[in-house]
Order: sequence, then C-alpha cells, then structure tokens
Amino acid sequence: METWSHIGTSVLASFLASLVEFVEALTIVLAVGTVRGWRPALIGTFAGTGLLVVLVLLFGPTLQRIPITTLQLVVGILLLLFGIRWLRKAILRAAHIIGFHDEAAIFARETAELRQEAGGQAARLDWVAVATTFKAVVLEGLEVVFIVIAVGATGKMLLPAGLGAAAAGIVVILLGLLLHRPLVRVPENTLKFAVGVLLSSFGVFWIGEGLHVSWPGEDLSLFGLAAGFLLVSLLGVSLARRAVAPISNAAPMAEQGERP
Amino acid sequence: MKAIWTVLQEVYGLFVEDGSLAVILLLWIGVLAFVIPRWPGGAAWHAPLLFLGVIVVLLENIWRSAHHKR
Repeated sequence: METWSHIGTSVLASFLASLVEFVEALTIVLAVGTVRGWRPALIGTFAGTGLLVVLVLLFGPTLQRIPITTLQLVVGILLLLFGIRWLRKAILRAAHIIGFHDEAAIFARETAELRQEAGGQAARLDWVAVATTFKAVVLEGLEVVFIVIAVGATGKMLLPAGLGAAAAGIVVILLGLLLHRPLVRVPENTLKFAVGVLLSSFGVFWIGEGLHVSWPGEDLSLFGLAAGFLLVSLLGVSLARRAVAPISNAAPMAEQGERP
Repeated sequence: MKAIWTVLQEVYGLFVEDGSLAVILLLWIGVLAFVIPRWPGGAAWHAPLLFLGVIVVLLENIWRSAHHKR
C-alpha cells in the first residue's frame, strides 16, 4: 500500500509538473517554427534534447555515490524551494495580485520578435531560430530533469517519475502536432497550484527523512502533507485577497520580468 | 560567457524568486537540524514542527507580498 501510494504520487507529481514545462517549451518551438521555419526550430529542439540526455547520463550515476541522508536533505530542500515558489505564485495569481501566465500572449510576443529579426536568411541556416528553440528546450527541460530526479532519486522512484514526465511529453507533443498552436486552454494556474502542493509535500517529507524525523504512517504521511499544504494554500488565497481588499477593483499587476 | 551566466541565472531562478522566502526557509531547516537531536519533547513533535514552520513562513510571505503589491 505504501509503495503504491509512493509510486502514484511520484508519477502524478512528475506528470503534472512536466506537463507545465512541456507546454511552455512547446509555445516557443511553435512560435519559432511558424515564423522562421520548422527546420531550424526542430534542429534547436533536438540539439537541446540531446544536451539534456548527455547531462542526465553524465550526472545521473553520480547521485548513487552520495550518502542517502545527505541526498534526501539536499533534494528535499531543492524540492521545497522549487515547489513553494510555484505555490506562492499560484496563490498570488489566484488572489489576482499578479497576472496570469498567458501562453497566447507569449506566442504572439515571440512571433512578433522573431518576425522583426527575420530577413535574408532563407538560404542559410537560421541560427537565431535554432538558438531560441535550443534555449527554450534546455531551460524548460532542465526543470523536467530536476523534477524527475528530485521526485524519483531519493525514494528509488526514478522509473515511475520518468514515466510520468515521458507521458506528459507525449501528451503535449501530440496536442502540439494536432493543434499547431499553443495550448492556451491548459488551466496552468490550477496545475501549478497542484504541482506546488505536491512538490512542497515531497520536499518537506525528504527534508524530514534527511533530518531523521519519524513520519506518522511513513510514506502515507505524504497525503497528509499534501492535504495540509492544500488547506494552507486556500487559506493563503483568502489572506492575500483580504490584504488587498481596499484596492480589490484595481487591475492585477502585469507579470513582466518574472519567470513563468 | 554571457550564455553561461544566463543559464546560471535561470537555474537560480528555478528555486528562488523571493529571496527572503528562500532564506527564511533555509534558516528554519538549519534551526531544526540543530534542535531536533537535542529536542526534549520526544520524536513525535519533530514532523509537526517541521511542517508548521514551513507553512507559517509561506503564509507570512503571502501576507507580506500582498501588502507590498497594494
């Protein structure tokens, strides 16, 4: 029961978190492909994917040499920082304090910028386009790699976590091939809310393991932590709304300069 | 060089958006690492202490961020 609950939460956390990252990468790849052509867009995408595979093969095995409690503590801290960053942002968005992440707007901005830079590159390989997709795939992909390693490495759940991420990748690629436009209808803030809750729960759990905290119910306490984080986050939304209540009719701040 | 700096900034940005949130969380974990082996109240309190500290830090940050955006 405990193993299945751990496998289930690992797959779910990895799938949902990777889904968000793949959607963000897809938006950039589609923008480049539409404006500058599919050849440089796909070259950048494959080169970025290749670099990620090399990084995983290079650094993956070294994880096994780190003592387990150190690994649990370090991964737990990184997972908590990563998850709580998403959770904080999702709470502030749900309270309309910061603006929502808009894939359609990002797609429009990217295509406009790329059109401005276009010109006279038809015969040669378009390096701007290659670099744009390469950067998007590497940066978003690094997040996916981190999520898979962080969720999977400490509890010997790398395979379920990897399968969750792979399933998310397949879903997004298939939808991208079908639609040929960014996935604007993905409820991104809800996803980030859920992922923030799950990753923060994993983070606190692994920090506890690293500090030799005994969890009531062992792995099952992950469900309790997730429920606790969910309740606290809903409380956070209401708290944030109350804090800005006197100016509740004002427009939420734009998200310029902030990471998605 | 610029590309490496950009990548490092992006990797840092994966974990830290509001520096104070990250620092206070790290401080809390540091305090617990020191306190837990010496805690006289028994092991049953360790897990609730860890979780409660994290949610208090989160809620305080949300409250502060909301006030700053006013």
